[in-house]
Amino acid sequence: MKTAEEKKSTWKELPEGDVLEGASSLQFKTGNWRSIRPVHHPEKCIHCLLCWIACPDSAIKVKDGRFQTIDYDYCKGCGICSHECPKKAIEMVPEKK
Amino acid sequence: MSQEEKKVAKTGNEAFAEAMRQINPDVVAAYPITPATEIVQIFSQFVADGMVKTEFVPAESEHSAMSACIGASACGARAMTGTSAQGLALMWEMLYIAAGLRLPIVMAVVNRALSAPINIHCDHSDTMGARDSGWIQIFSENVQEAYDNLIQAVRIAEHPDVCLPVMVTTDGFILSHCLETLAMLSDEQVSQFVGPVPNRTDLLSSLEKNQPITIGALDLQDYYFEHRRQVAEAMVKAKRVIALIGDEFAKLSGRHYSFVEPYRLEEAEAAVVVMGSSTGTAKEVVDSLRASGKKVGLLKIRVFRPFPEEEIVKALGKVKVVGIMDRADGLNAVSGPLYPEIAAAFYHHQSRPQLLDFIYGLGGRDVPPRDIETIFSDLLEVTSSGKRNFTVKYIGVRE
Repeated sequence: MKTAEEKKSTWKELPEGDVLEGASSLQFKTGNWRSIRPVHHPEKCIHCLLCWIACPDSAIKVKDGRFQTIDYDYCKGCGICSHECPKKAIEMVPEKK
Repeated sequence: MSQEEKKVAKTGNEAFAEAMRQINPDVVAAYPITPATEIVQIFSQFVADGMVKTEFVPAESEHSAMSACIGASACGARAMTGTSAQGLALMWEMLYIAAGLRLPIVMAVVNRALSAPINIHCDHSDTMGARDSGWIQIFSENVQEAYDNLIQAVRIAEHPDVCLPVMVTTDGFILSHCLETLAMLSDEQVSQFVGPVPNRTDLLSSLEKNQPITIGALDLQDYYFEHRRQVAEAMVKAKRVIALIGDEFAKLSGRHYSFVEPYRLEEAEAAVVVMGSSTGTAKEVVDSLRASGKKVGLLKIRVFRPFPEEEIVKALGKVKVVGIMDRADGLNAVSGPLYPEIAAAFYHHQSRPQLLDFIYGLGGRDVPPRDIETIFSDLLEVTSSGKRNFTVKYIGVRE
């Protein structure tokens, strides 16, 4: 996300053709779109990693073949992980201000 | 004129395909549509015969064909295609993307009427529909010009100051399927003229340099306007580049191309503005009227985008009455699409002709010399009476 303080390029300064440096999506914290939040219940989780396969935003973090955490910076709260989980180990709860 | 140049008999579609063979693009993605089918059909045979190094992508629609060209071009490839009418219409959203991403794709377009009613014959409604898409548009009077224009189009599109896609058009069946003689350059000459693809910021080379980039990311209120401003500037710069490439091509071929071609406009009191294949017929009419002492001439528009405003004003500023021949209807309750642009070009000039619009030849309706004589007779009537009784007239339609 561009911040308000940043000096914005003029049309003469910008690279032509809508070209951006790679991985710019990392700067765009889409997690703030979320209205419902996945909550992981480790006691039910069998580490099948179907949630990791299904997550469209790579927000399920895995280490050594085991579920670690959910990256809330990028999780949009779509609920696909919860839907796919065979053990109902991911619960979707409303975001509260 | 080059020693190696030879005269051959080719249809417009064959000439386009031969030019593509000599250009030897990296990628051609296409979907067949009458009357443009043969261009890529003949070219696919060149691919099958190993005469070109091109990756040929037979797509499932024109939308996909243009999408594949966009992907290839974004990867730094020289990409080409060909289409017509409904095919061009189906590409519509991708046309804007090709231009907005500044991808120098070159496309042969065979002008054909848009449905409905369904019709496969010539008018300019398809190409005119794409006039504000950011594509450079070059019209061809005959098969020679189609061949020459397509070769120049590659250099114009890829010029670093431009980086815009180019469409080169012929008139459906009239040029696409009729045999004409033309002088072809040698394969070597074309290969040298187009040269290697100039370096651009592209996906493949950015990966090779391990500095990956994104092309075509979301571009909202903060940046979209600046990027569109750049496209507008590229179209302005294209004017200089088209002239430059035209001069270079003239040195190679002996054939010189400019934005417009004035024909017998010296002391002309009445003139027509015409694009595409009807120019040849109109020149015949001008010659015969000149022989009978009438002061008439014509102006052919070769490059429609960028619009050659200055050149048109310069060529027609002293003519009393000008008839604009529109081979498409604007359906705006006023005129065809060419008329308002020429009228606007003259608005701020003191010396300007009276303008009348003539919509003609829709759906391939034949345009015999007598129809163009009718136009001149209307124009000469205004030169003598000074009175202009209509804005638009439909020529060749049954009243």
